[in-house]
Amino acid sequence: MKKLEEKIFKFLMIGSTVLILSVLLYILYVIMKKGLPSLSWDMISKIPSGGFYLGKEGGILNAIMGSLYLISFSVIISLMISVPVVMYLNFTLRRKSRLAAFARLTFDVLFGIPSIVYGAFGFTLMIYFGLQASLLGGIIAISLLIIPVMIRSIDEVAILIPNDLVEATKSLGATNYETIKVITRQLLPGISTAVLLSIGRGIGDAATVLFTAGYTDSIPTSLTQPTASLPLAIFFQLSSPVEEVQNRAYAAALVLTIIILTLSFAARYFSRRLSKNKI
Amino acid sequence: MELMTAPSIAEQPTPKAKSSSGCLRPHIEVENLNLYIQNNHILKNINLAIPDKSITCIIGPSGCGKTTLLRTFNRLHDDSVDVKITGRLFVDCEDIYAKDAEVTHIRKKMGLLAQRPCSLPMSIIDNVVYGPRIHGVRGKRKLYAIARHQLNAVGLWEEVKDRLKSPASKLSIGQQQRLCLARGLAVEPEIILGDEATSALDPISSKTIEELFVSIKDKYTIVLVTHTLRQAKRIADYVAFMYMGELIEFGTADQVFNHPKHKLTKEYISGGFS
Repeated sequence: MKKLEEKIFKFLMIGSTVLILSVLLYILYVIMKKGLPSLSWDMISKIPSGGFYLGKEGGILNAIMGSLYLISFSVIISLMISVPVVMYLNFTLRRKSRLAAFARLTFDVLFGIPSIVYGAFGFTLMIYFGLQASLLGGIIAISLLIIPVMIRSIDEVAILIPNDLVEATKSLGATNYETIKVITRQLLPGISTAVLLSIGRGIGDAATVLFTAGYTDSIPTSLTQPTASLPLAIFFQLSSPVEEVQNRAYAAALVLTIIILTLSFAARYFSRRLSKNKI
Repeated sequence: MELMTAPSIAEQPTPKAKSSSGCLRPHIEVENLNLYIQNNHILKNINLAIPDKSITCIIGPSGCGKTTLLRTFNRLHDDSVDVKITGRLFVDCEDIYAKDAEVTHIRKKMGLLAQRPCSLPMSIIDNVVYGPRIHGVRGKRKLYAIARHQLNAVGLWEEVKDRLKSPASKLSIGQQQRLCLARGLAVEPEIILGDEATSALDPISSKTIEELFVSIKDKYTIVLVTHTLRQAKRIADYVAFMYMGELIEFGTADQVFNHPKHKLTKEYISGGFS
């Protein structure tokens, strides 16, 4: 009986892993198969020219640059907000204080809110401040979207930091600020994971940028100009009746995937180099 | 005018009247110290004078307040919201709980060795020079010299000199504890506080640490909280026995272990309870 139980569980574990892996690999396969033939140097080095969406010349450089601008600024802003929030929750408030528990619950809820809501909220904010669809609007909306992700994932690691570390540092005469610097160092692997998760969530999201960043065929040169983004480039091209354009959507998806992979590897590499503690 | 002689509280040895800094009190002097956590009275009216350049062991059963008392010495309770402290605590004649006392300056005077070694997330050498660095020592050569000197002092230099740049967490627990001691010594403290500093170590490592304490006691005032009576017997010059938040007896090791005055002390050191 015990043996049967064990076998069932083993089957379940292996089965689920295989299932999910094969689905993911299949998605990658489809993107590659349909996207690779359309992927060309022009595609990633040129902005769309007239008639691009009817299958004529041009590329998606506008969307690539737009997405990179959007995500890099949002990640920087979110980090500047999330890290202090986590420090406050863990090292200034007592760990089990009510305010901290309430804040964590709130971030969990915010985590689960659909991205279109952030898009809509960002949109109302923009109207209030008299902004048009722009790079700035997109950055604000994406930051709102990824801050809860970031806070919660850094928080998961910060909770594990032993109080001993805080005391060891303080007993050497370190000020609060110096102590926080040491803690941040200990948190680096957590922070890099958080950045990765946020990039994944932020760069691939179409709904947040739909109203807030707009779409344009040129690369933005200021924060107030609208900007294109890869998810929307995929969306618009995929809804075209022209097959060639549809295939370009897959090429754009491939580009997006490659960007995410590259950023992941880079983040992992740097966090390993930075945190001498973990090698 | 300050007291010309050390306060002659009953059952206390007359500590050296003059500490290293030239003030007229013993190195650490606790006066009517009370500590409450939430509304629990944890430390009850503690009066204690710890002489310098010697090892003082605080002994007592678990939960008697030994660690709590030790942590008041470098104000580690500061960040706990529920803790209330009354009374006075002098280090080098300075009341460290006075309103204008500066906490980083007080902590710099004391190296703390925790129960489990806690290396900072950086390399071995950076661990040792962390303290000097935050207190403004600059220059690679200078810092290297400090690291070498302190690692030598704790007998770790030969073991780590070829891998100073590797992460401190790679060392064994015993080595890490010695590293923590070196790190504490590097800020040039006058006092070393040890909170059951050897209880997480294997016998050989804890022997090394004990010998280290003995070898450096002519330069530092060492206060150790210990659970092991045998350890106290081996290395203590002075012993403080605590029970239920009260200081029951304080005296030289010989006095407390061989001629205890209090019944509770007698019972405790003969193994009547633990």
